[in-house]
Amino acid sequence: MPDFSNPADWLPWAFASLMGLSILIYVVLDGFDLGVGLLFPMADRIEQDRMIGSIGPFWDANETWLVLAVGLLLVAFPTAHGVILSTLYLPVFVMLIGLILRGVAFEFRAKARDHHKALWNRLFFVGSLMTALSQGFMLGLYIMGLEKTLATYAFACLTAVSLAVGYSFIGSTWLIHKTEGALQLKAVTWARRSLWGAVIGVFAVSAATPLVSDRIFGKWFAFPEILWLAPLPLLSVSVLVLLWRLLQRMPMQDDRQNWLPFLMSTALFVMAYLGLAYSFYPYVVPEKLTIYAAAAAPESLWIILVGALCVVPVIIAYSVMAYFIFRGKATDLRYE
Amino acid sequence: MEALDTLILSRIQFAANISFHILFPTITIALGWVLLFFRIRFTQTGDDKWMAAYRFWVKIFALSFAMGVVSGITMSFQFGTNWPGFMETVGNIAGPLLAYEVLTAFFLEAVFVGIMLFGFSRVPRWLHTLATGLVAFGTTVSAFWIIVLNSWMHTPQGFEMIDGVAHATSWWEIIFNPSMPYRFAHMLMASFLTVGFLIAGVSAFRWVLGDRSREVRSMLKTGVLIGAVLIPLQILAGDKHGLNTLEYQPAKVAAMEGNWDTQPNVPLLLFALPDEETRENRFEIGIPNVASLILTHSFDGEVPGLNDFVAEDGTALHPPVLPVFWSFRVMVGTGVAMLLLSWSAVWFMWRRRNRHQGRSNAHRLAVEGLPKVLVWAMVPMAFSGWVATLAGWYTTEIGRQPWLVQGVMTTEMAVADVPSPMVLGTLLTYLAVYAALLSAYIGVIIYMARKAAAGEPQTPNTPFANDNVMTAAE
Repeated sequence: MPDFSNPADWLPWAFASLMGLSILIYVVLDGFDLGVGLLFPMADRIEQDRMIGSIGPFWDANETWLVLAVGLLLVAFPTAHGVILSTLYLPVFVMLIGLILRGVAFEFRAKARDHHKALWNRLFFVGSLMTALSQGFMLGLYIMGLEKTLATYAFACLTAVSLAVGYSFIGSTWLIHKTEGALQLKAVTWARRSLWGAVIGVFAVSAATPLVSDRIFGKWFAFPEILWLAPLPLLSVSVLVLLWRLLQRMPMQDDRQNWLPFLMSTALFVMAYLGLAYSFYPYVVPEKLTIYAAAAAPESLWIILVGALCVVPVIIAYSVMAYFIFRGKATDLRYE
Repeated sequence: MEALDTLILSRIQFAANISFHILFPTITIALGWVLLFFRIRFTQTGDDKWMAAYRFWVKIFALSFAMGVVSGITMSFQFGTNWPGFMETVGNIAGPLLAYEVLTAFFLEAVFVGIMLFGFSRVPRWLHTLATGLVAFGTTVSAFWIIVLNSWMHTPQGFEMIDGVAHATSWWEIIFNPSMPYRFAHMLMASFLTVGFLIAGVSAFRWVLGDRSREVRSMLKTGVLIGAVLIPLQILAGDKHGLNTLEYQPAKVAAMEGNWDTQPNVPLLLFALPDEETRENRFEIGIPNVASLILTHSFDGEVPGLNDFVAEDGTALHPPVLPVFWSFRVMVGTGVAMLLLSWSAVWFMWRRRNRHQGRSNAHRLAVEGLPKVLVWAMVPMAFSGWVATLAGWYTTEIGRQPWLVQGVMTTEMAVADVPSPMVLGTLLTYLAVYAALLSAYIGVIIYMARKAAAGEPQTPNTPFANDNVMTAAE
């Protein structure tokens, strides 16, 4: 734990926590709407409109968490921002092009001529796929300490695919919650079929992380830490088993518990994320730069912290409000 | 040599990204307020034409907003991928300003924009109006922080350098740096002018296609009036901004005027091809003494010359002259065209005013009074705001070179050591994507205008239908 009497010690820690929280919120929230984009080609045209309706009011705000996360990296850990992003130059570029295509396809498909709509639908899928794959790829390389060898690239490809499938999984659980009828049935099938992505992803990352560095290995398998760390993997496995059994019984009579798969997959993402965060702390560039070495000057961090403490609670409050206003089953979006 | 290539390519890439990005905030900043105006007019009068105008432009707002969001995300990554030196040196200043932009504004927009676009039937009417207002407010606050940072890069103050890293000493001085008020006013008015001419141009296009609906008349008049009122104020603000630049960045003004030697009686050049090899202008056409008059308010005032900004060894410490000189002229020329068009349009509409209707001015202007040629001229002028805004930004940003932060660090010091072929590859892809998106964006606006003009029923819109039912029931 940081020393709270010394700002140079606890400010970087506070910002690392805030940044970590933003990344987590981003992965879950944009994860489900990216997933819906990945499932797009498997639905018919009417269902596609309904799927768009289920994420329409949220995707903008969801993506903003990425801006906040990378913004915090930029302003609180400027040196790390430069090192990480110039190392990941190409995957970042692919992700950005993906985000651009996806974001604008979203708007254009609703306004373009009918014969252009198919093109924008395809771009919406392609953009989502580029984004998901490149994020998974970057995750893999990051876990491998940003080293670039054949083996690390192979591992990055594995995480790329499993993150994309994992996003499809959380996307289908979102659709189970937000849709009904035939589309909901399809979503249940999609969720069953994509669960393996989450499984492989979680296991690959859990197995690889400790092997990459002795420091991380030591953190996990030392006594007595292992005692209070053990619940994390055990809980993850039980949630996976429960999810699998739950999905066999979905959808239930009167649409009961339609929110449960999404909640459980969120829990799964959160646990996997916490495991990673524990492994890498206190490094922001794996094994090279700690959050303390990379942090901006305390007086600048103070200024940002004051703003963040005023604004972040408000943001969370009205994000909750927006989700509340658009609660319930999705309808087709109308503002035209 | 490779470092230079990477530098040039990275600069072009950043310029391409930020040029593409700025097009859309320029629209959304002012369009948010115009939409609020339409929404309030509808609440006041109950006249459907205001709602029809709102419905038409809220779609363009949504499209522009999405384009702005995605191209803005690109910007925040480019700092790290291409310009790590910037944040390493001035991160302690730029960081909090960027953070405040994201915190106070981006979220305000992104969350309420959902309610504004899709929430009509789900929230009470007052909340929908409030959401529209908050989105407009959010885009403006967002612009404020970005302009603060940009202005600080031109006129830095309120900091000290410790071991080559800038540390803030006074946030008040940083935020209210000398060029900020001028730049912010200039940019806000640029945004309103862009939107005014866009609305006028698209409405004129619908008019040309035979659309004589009441909303087209109201929209066209709104657009023209925004232009006519703001363009003189904008010219005044531009003049003040120029004087401020003369004080803090004289080399930029020298490049804008194409003036090589510090001298009195400097002419205003209408045309010239500045040549940095020979350090003189070719094919010069100018009006004697007018540059001196504009910059010093005296006919024989002394204007700084570019030759004052050359190092001992002959390297130029002033910006490249030709692009600054010409983008400045493109901006001013577009502004003059805007002035002529909007004022003559108001005059013609006023001449054919309807004397029988009420006393409200808006009712008096008659669109029928516009000569055909003027209506036609409005159509290409729909995008004149973009041209002027980009030209203005090129003037000021290229004019800051070779500095990244005036007097603190050069652009070259900040660039990432990325292989130049890689930068070239990403640059070309960005350019291709941006060109495609820009043509799609303009294509969709034309398509929407045609569809609206043809009177095709718009996609059924339950929310507003509900709204009207509620009005009827009240």
